[in-house]
Amino acid sequence: MIRPRGWPEAVAAVPAAVAVVATGALSPQAALAEAERLGPVIGFLAAVLVLAQLCDDEGLFHACGTWMARRSGGRTRRLLAQVFAAASAITAVLSLDATVVLLTPVVYTTSVQLGARPKPQVYACTHLANSASLLLPVSNLTNLLAFAAAGLAFPRFAALMALPWLAAIATEYLVLSRFFAADLDAGAQEPPAAQPAGAPVFVLAVVAATLAGFVAASATGVNPAWAAFAGAAVLAARALAQRQTTVTAIGRSAAVPFLVFVLALGIVVRAVVSNGLDRVLGPLIPGGTSLPALLAIAALAAALANLINNLPAVLVLLPLTAPAGPGAVLAVLVGVNIGPNLTYTGSLATLLWRRVLHERGAGPSLGEFTRLGLLTVPAGIVLAVLALWASLHVIGG
Amino acid sequence: MTDAPLPSVPAPREPGSPDPAGARTVIVWVTEGTWRGCVDAARALAPAGAAIVLLHISPEEVPGTAHGAYAGLLGRGHPERDPGPRLAELATAAGRELLAAAADRLARPCTQVERRGRAEREVVAAAEGADLLILARDGDRRRLGPKSLGRADRFVVDHAPCPVLLVWPEDAPGTGTMPPPPPHPPRHGPRR
Repeated sequence: MIRPRGWPEAVAAVPAAVAVVATGALSPQAALAEAERLGPVIGFLAAVLVLAQLCDDEGLFHACGTWMARRSGGRTRRLLAQVFAAASAITAVLSLDATVVLLTPVVYTTSVQLGARPKPQVYACTHLANSASLLLPVSNLTNLLAFAAAGLAFPRFAALMALPWLAAIATEYLVLSRFFAADLDAGAQEPPAAQPAGAPVFVLAVVAATLAGFVAASATGVNPAWAAFAGAAVLAARALAQRQTTVTAIGRSAAVPFLVFVLALGIVVRAVVSNGLDRVLGPLIPGGTSLPALLAIAALAAALANLINNLPAVLVLLPLTAPAGPGAVLAVLVGVNIGPNLTYTGSLATLLWRRVLHERGAGPSLGEFTRLGLLTVPAGIVLAVLALWASLHVIGG
Repeated sequence: MTDAPLPSVPAPREPGSPDPAGARTVIVWVTEGTWRGCVDAARALAPAGAAIVLLHISPEEVPGTAHGAYAGLLGRGHPERDPGPRLAELATAAGRELLAAAADRLARPCTQVERRGRAEREVVAAAEGADLLILARDGDRRRLGPKSLGRADRFVVDHAPCPVLLVWPEDAPGTGTMPPPPPHPPRHGPRR
């Protein structure tokens, strides 16, 4: 989980996974069962990563920046609202990686072109990459893992998480627009003569069809990952035909070392959980899905995410909460998805490791980052859990 | 963290000591959104022959935040996809463009300095030995009061090592924006 700088984490995780099987900490059968469980999740993840990269190649993110520049009319608060809309939608549909890696630079450039201070908009992207990743199974790898564990259909997952998603976004908006009032009030200038940018109709249509495919696949009992594969395949075929990308580039965007890392991490965590962590954490997890139980589960998940990062945290908590039903699993997601905004780099483990490496360019004022985290994370988690509890009552777990 | 400045800020002099060439150094803090007011003030009020320095700070926390968000994505392991360094490059380029626009508007000889770091601290450091620092209000100007000076401005005003000229980014408000005086003015002098 911790790696020397620049090396794929898989280099550390794969030997660790081999070691837990070789030492008998996990039987080969259990390791194989875990791999079989994670396989489809990893395939789904690869398809979403490729889909997001192809959307970028097709100019979706650039068009998003042009749209924001044109429609903001040089008003910073309107620009912030547009960034919220774009980052929330992109995180939900194309995953948090797309927002962090592909949208953030576009938002930065757009802000600067408008003569606005970029800080509120960049913070909005980084915060929403986490807190707006509640809506769909594809929004976050944590969700994909939980989706497989909770046995929820795609539309039901989205229906139960819609209100928590909106609650988390509203909390972020209220806090950020006040926290950065001075930067927003500094204003901007009118956008430079807008270039008439055509909306990337094809790519938007493919993304919409993919979303419809998720619903249709669930309704017919097909794994929704196939819809993501189909969407990625259509965009890939077109981009290859127009020589806008290469097979190598598409392969690279699937991030194979990352997929291997997730598999290895899953096996290591399974070994740790079944060798005693379940007995340590088990008593801390309340049974049932009453409001206090959901709040406690989300708080525990957020604390664990801030200690060891949200990916291992969700792998640890899923087997312990899945028996209590989908409500408990979704409360885990509220905690592990919103929680990382509390710590710069998402967890103390990562932060300490980067400090150990004296990684250059750390940068932000940790005080400011943490103040903003303290203002958004506890409030966001409480409101999102309240919304989840209400959704569970209205829709039914 | 300070970038290698384009040209450096003129070497500080002992406070109050005469400049060998007799020129006064005026530092103009150029920030997004409010820089025009500062540049106009410098054009109108800086003495003829003053050495005018246009100073822009790229806040390091903006690329730093993007870097942190990427670093928090466990397992991705592709440093070339980290948005932090890209934002830092974009920030330097944007800062230089902003300084060039400010120099155009100033239409007087000047030095352009781009730094990276915590804006308020870099400005205070750069103002050492200067004769005047010009900055614009960056707070909430819809309700005039203590908060119409934002955090960064407040820090600079508190710690500036030279006189400060604080300008309005737009037209100055009329005296009618003053709140009514408190009902019972404080009593002065010894009580009888």
